[in-house]
Amino acid sequence: MCNQTVCLVQAAIEREGVATVSISLLREVASILRPPRALFVNRPLGYPLGAPNDPELQHRIIAAALSLLERTDVPVLEEFTE
Amino acid sequence: MTGYRFSRYAIDPVPVVRLNRPLKECRFALVTTAGLHAPGQPDFDYSNRQGDDTYREIPGDIETGALIETHRSKSFDHTAVARDRNVAFPLDRFRELERDGKIGELNHRHFSFMGSIIKPGRLIDESAPEVAAMLRRDGVDAVFLTPV
Repeated sequence: MCNQTVCLVQAAIEREGVATVSISLLREVASILRPPRALFVNRPLGYPLGAPNDPELQHRIIAAALSLLERTDVPVLEEFTE
Repeated sequence: MTGYRFSRYAIDPVPVVRLNRPLKECRFALVTTAGLHAPGQPDFDYSNRQGDDTYREIPGDIETGALIETHRSKSFDHTAVARDRNVAFPLDRFRELERDGKIGELNHRHFSFMGSIIKPGRLIDESAPEVAAMLRRDGVDAVFLTPV
């Protein structure tokens, strides 16, 4: 499923030497899989950036995720809060 | 989600890269598992019960609304992506970050998978490392990944 696949691709990219951050819609999957950096967004499957045609919300979620990129205390799993 | 055994695939050790430059100097690429692809590229194969572990290369200059979604899973609501691809593949948002100087630049290509992969052995051994190697060769500093 999507959230697991993200974690596995993310780990491959980070192993290659490229920093990564992902959105997760399923906190339990991210906590078990342990990708380097993930932002849990408490929205239904199908809505990783929050809502369609809401660029401001999408930007807030992206900014929250990008703020994790410099963290090296991996695995990092934070929750998006408004 | 019967059939998935998440704990088998726990990432250990967790890899970690230290960003060696500020975000406004970083080259970014996007990776999604939303089953999106460009017009003319083959559909993802949802009939494969093990999961389709292939990927599509998304040209950096594509019109976001032209992306086609062939993720057949019934486990998520497809209407949001149908209305706005950015909800799962925020290319327009990253173009705005690039325009505003918040990130350095976008890579000339991005990558898309279809997430419903029950048996990810080949994904782990082949397709994910292939994409990772291409991103490294492209000089990408940071990757933003989204499920659907």
